[in-house]
Order: sequence, then C-alpha cells, then structure tokens
Amino acid sequence: MPLLEPRPTPSARMRLLSPLIAITLTLAVGSLLFLALGKNPVEAFTVFFVQPLSSGNGWSELMVKAGPLILIAQGLAIGFRARIYNIGAEGQLIVGALAGGGVAIALDGVDAWWVLPLMVVAGAIGGALWGAVPALLKTRFNAEETLTTLMLTYIASFTLSYMVNGPWRDPEGMNFPQSIMFGDPALFSPWFEGMRVNAAILIAAVASVAFWIFTSRSFLAYQLTVGGLAPAAARYAGFSAQRTVWVSLVLSGLTAGIAGVGEVAGPVGQLNLNISPGYGFAAIIVAYLGRLNAVGIVLAGLLMALLYLGGEAAQVALQLPAAITGLFQGMLLFFLLGADVFVDYRLKPRPKPAYA
Amino acid sequence: MLEHLIPVLAGTLGAATPLIFAGLGELVAERTGVINLGVEGMMLIGAIAGFAAAADSGGGALAGLPAGAVAGMLAALVFAVLSLSMAANQAACGLALTIFGVGLSAFIGQHYVSFSLPGLQPLDIPGLVDIPVLGRILFHQDPVTYLGLITFAIVWWVLRKTRLGLVLKAVGEAPDAAHAIGYPVIAIRYGATLFGGAMAGIAGAYLSTVYTPLWVQNMVAGRGWIAIALVVFATWNPTRLLLGAWLFGGVTILQFHAQGLGIALPVQFLAALPYLATVVVLVLISRDKRLLQLNLPASLGKPWMP
Repeated sequence: MPLLEPRPTPSARMRLLSPLIAITLTLAVGSLLFLALGKNPVEAFTVFFVQPLSSGNGWSELMVKAGPLILIAQGLAIGFRARIYNIGAEGQLIVGALAGGGVAIALDGVDAWWVLPLMVVAGAIGGALWGAVPALLKTRFNAEETLTTLMLTYIASFTLSYMVNGPWRDPEGMNFPQSIMFGDPALFSPWFEGMRVNAAILIAAVASVAFWIFTSRSFLAYQLTVGGLAPAAARYAGFSAQRTVWVSLVLSGLTAGIAGVGEVAGPVGQLNLNISPGYGFAAIIVAYLGRLNAVGIVLAGLLMALLYLGGEAAQVALQLPAAITGLFQGMLLFFLLGADVFVDYRLKPRPKPAYA
Repeated sequence: MLEHLIPVLAGTLGAATPLIFAGLGELVAERTGVINLGVEGMMLIGAIAGFAAAADSGGGALAGLPAGAVAGMLAALVFAVLSLSMAANQAACGLALTIFGVGLSAFIGQHYVSFSLPGLQPLDIPGLVDIPVLGRILFHQDPVTYLGLITFAIVWWVLRKTRLGLVLKAVGEAPDAAHAIGYPVIAIRYGATLFGGAMAGIAGAYLSTVYTPLWVQNMVAGRGWIAIALVVFATWNPTRLLLGAWLFGGVTILQFHAQGLGIALPVQFLAALPYLATVVVLVLISRDKRLLQLNLPASLGKPWMP
C-alpha cells in the first residue's frame, strides 16, 4: 500500500518550505553527529554559524566564498530548468582560471588598467568553450552531458596540473606546483585593509540581477523552461532543443569560467592545484536549494558559504575534520530531494476502518 | 618488448576489476529501469568502510570486502528509498549520493590517512600459471580479480538463461505490464539497486584494501563515473561490459608502464587518458541513436508507482 498520492496540482507553498525543512533536518542530524563525536551541539553550532559572522573579517570571508558559489549556480540554474545537467562546472571553473591566469602570466610586468578586465574576458571565453564541448557532443553525437561534463572536469584538472608543473611553473617556486604570484594589475584589489573581499562579489551581484531579468522577462528563458518541463510541447511550438543545449552549457560554462578568474585573481593570487574547494560541485546544491530562482540562489549561496566558513572554524576550534562541510552538503541535498517529493505528492490519508 | 608487455597485460586485469564489479552492479540496476548516478559515492563509501574494517579488525581484505559490500548496500538503500519509494528524480538522487559519499568518506577517512594495509598476495592457479606468457598474465592475479570474473559469469548466466533474468528485464522494459501480471516492481527494483550498491561497495573496498592498500581521499578518482559510461558503451550487455572494462583497465595502467614501453608523454596526459577515452567511447556509441534506442531499457530513469 503506497503511502503517497499525487497532489492535484504541485504545492507552491511546499516548494518554498522544502529548503527550510531540509536545512532544519540537516541541523537536527548534525546535532546528533556532534553529540556522537562528543561535542556539545550548542557550542558546535555557535562555532559553525555564529562565530564566523561575529567579526568584519568573517563577513568579508562570507562574501569571498559566496561570490563564486552564487555566480556558478546562476549559470547552472538556467540549464537545470531545461533539464540539462551540467555537473562539470568545476572543470569549467578550472579552464576559466587557466585562461585568465595565462593572460596574467603573459602580461606579467604590464601595468595597465585593462589587464584584469582582459583576464575576466579570457576566463569567460575559456569556461564557455569548455562548456561548448559537451554541448557539441550532445547535439552532434547524442552523448549524455552528465558523463561528458564530469569527464572533462578530470581532464581540466590534469591540464591544470600539467601547466603548473611544466610550462607555467614559477622558476623560483622551489619546485612547488604553482605559477608566479600575479602582480597588482592582475588582481582584484581588496576593499578593506586586511580583508579579502573584493569587486569579484559585484560580478556575482550583477549576474544575479541579469539572470533574474533573463529568467523572468525573456522569451528565450521561457523556451528553455518549457523545453525542460514539457519537451513535446516545446517541439510542437517549434522551440529548438539544440539551442537549449547550447545556451545552457555555454552560459553555465561562462559563469564558472569567470568564477575561476575571481579565485586566481582574488584570494588565491596565482595558479596552483588548490584554486577551488569544490565550488563547482557545491554550486549544484546551491542552485537546487535556491529553487533555480535568481533570488533564492543568492540566499542559498550565502548559506553554503557559511557552511564552508563553519567547516574551517570547526577545524580550528573543535578539532573536527574540515571534510565535515562536505558531509553537511551531501545531507542537505538528500533532505532537500526528500522534502521536494512533497511538492508533487502528499501523504495518503489512512483509510477509515470499515466497521460501523 | 615482451618482458614489458607481460606486466602491462597482467596489470590490466587488476585495474579492470573495480570497473567490472561496479559496472555489473550498475548494469543490473539499469536493466530494471533504475539509473543510479551515485556509483562514485557508493564506491567511496565502500572503500572507506572496507579500509576501516580491514585496519581495525586486522583481518585485511578478507574483512574489508564484505564490509565494503554492506556499506555500499546501505548507501544504495538511501538512494532507493528516495527514488523508488518516494519517486524522486533518479539523476538528482544519484548525484546527491555521490556528493554525500565524497563528504562522508573524507570525514571518516581523516582517521586513517597514514595507515597502510598488507594487501593480498597473488594467487597462482596450479598448472595453468606455468603456461608460457599467458600463465603469468591470466593466472597470477589476486583472488578478487578471479572473483570478478566469476561474478561476471554469474550475472551473464542469470540475465541470459534464468527466469529471474527475464523478470528483471521485464521490469525494466515494461513495469506496468510486469505489475499487471503480478510481479512486485518496486521490490525487484530495490533488489537490483541494492545489488548495485553491494557491487560498487566491493569495487571500492578492492581499491582501498587490495589494489592500492592505503587510504587516500577521493581515491576512487572517477572510476564510478567511468563504470556508468561503460554500461552505456556496453549497450547493457555484460560481455561487452567486460571487454570495455579490460580496455579501460589497459588505458589506466598505461601511465605506470609508459617509460618501459618507450612512451615519452607528460605524466598528466597519460593520467587523463582514461577520462578522455571515456568521452571518445561515449561519442562513438551514442552517435548511433538507433543502436542505443534498441538496447536502452525502456523505463530507464522514469519513476514508477503502482
């Protein structure tokens, strides 16, 4: 006897409640986890979610981490609406960082205002091209984009490893796999003394507004969404499925590429093997948690950034492994998918006993 | 040349073993209509559970492999509850399982970073190992590699020759019809999904307790995704899956023998080869839409409720 029955119409209220339920459940299971590890949950949550925001530097770090997450998730959401599952944003970020970083290395010593904008453009092109490859493979050869985008991520990270171990290795870097440190013209300058927050967050903010306008106002975005919800209807209306694939993958590659430049020209300041703590993957969760909605993604991105900060703080204050962030991310997505079931379904009322 | 080729070919079989286990498990699940993109996560969970069991009990791989199987099955159970009982999107649930597995294995793995295990000695098949050249390639392998081939034979036989195989395939092709004649579609899909989890768990535990007997974060390194691609490449046929696994095993092992074989390419290029090969192979097989349509289990990835 199934416990669920379909709702007559999807519940709009449940769509908004679902992320909150997922967050609550994650916190509840998180408390049990902290108890099991012999930590006081109240203290642990203070370390995780309150302490990081109790200083100016904490807020600055929140912006530093939220920037790339929001930027990438905005791009991904366009594709997810159209049911194009780009799960290789991490690779597109890396290629964007390589393209932007390459410009910085080539123009090292050039003191001009246009170096940084050129890096951003190069990163956008690099990421978009890396997203265009699976688009070509899908439209031309029918190859599943979930698998190709992910395989291209591995290829991108080996390319990065080759470049920083070979052609672009800093000759004075004691053989560490890293490039030269970029000069000031190739860096986003921090807004405040001693804090890392910089203009890269503005790119994420502008992108959020642009994507909000794009998704709520443009006919193209409407076509993409219809293509995802009702492929047959989209075909009947003459909307191009091929264009959907191209727009989704190139756009999400582009935003991920820019995010990559934001990292190497920001907090990292060079090319090395640790340019991203998995932003490309975490952004998938951000996109879903934010309901594939531009405003929702901003909120979800801030929460995910806080999760990263909390993980770092927990490492120092509670001697918990930093991997706990990944564990929380996975739990959050699970609970979200579980709660999302109740958008389309509801619990079946138990049948009344038949006796009089 | 031959003295270089023997270790390459022998190593190919070992490198193919995790792909055979994980690929067969996914193949069976997909045959019943369930696409589980969480193979990478289940393998990682199996790898850390197997490693922990092997290290903590002192039982080595003998304790590690069953522990990996159980852990992989538990991971698959979470996926099954969400995607089968609650009819959530299978692709998203599988992706969640992978993200969760990466996090969980890294979290537990922190305690085991500097451990190493004894591994397993190769098992010589008496008589056969003395065949010139072939004996050293085929019959001087670790026991799990033989077990992988036996598992292949069983899966091939069940799918091809038994009533159970017919039922599994019927559920994947036409769940409504299977339901109408009285087969418990959801229960059968649960069974296949859990089998897939156990196989992925064994694959992961093989990596962490036999193949490279030490714990490294994210040590599965995309093999779970390659296994999923192999199932497509094999057009859901176990024999082609086995051939594909050997092909990829060979590509994987190449980087360790490149010098001996006189290949002078950057090490990163050779390391990237299996992933590049996966893309190429996917393209080659997918371009023939009719071939894919003909073999694709008709209900693959579609939620079904009675």
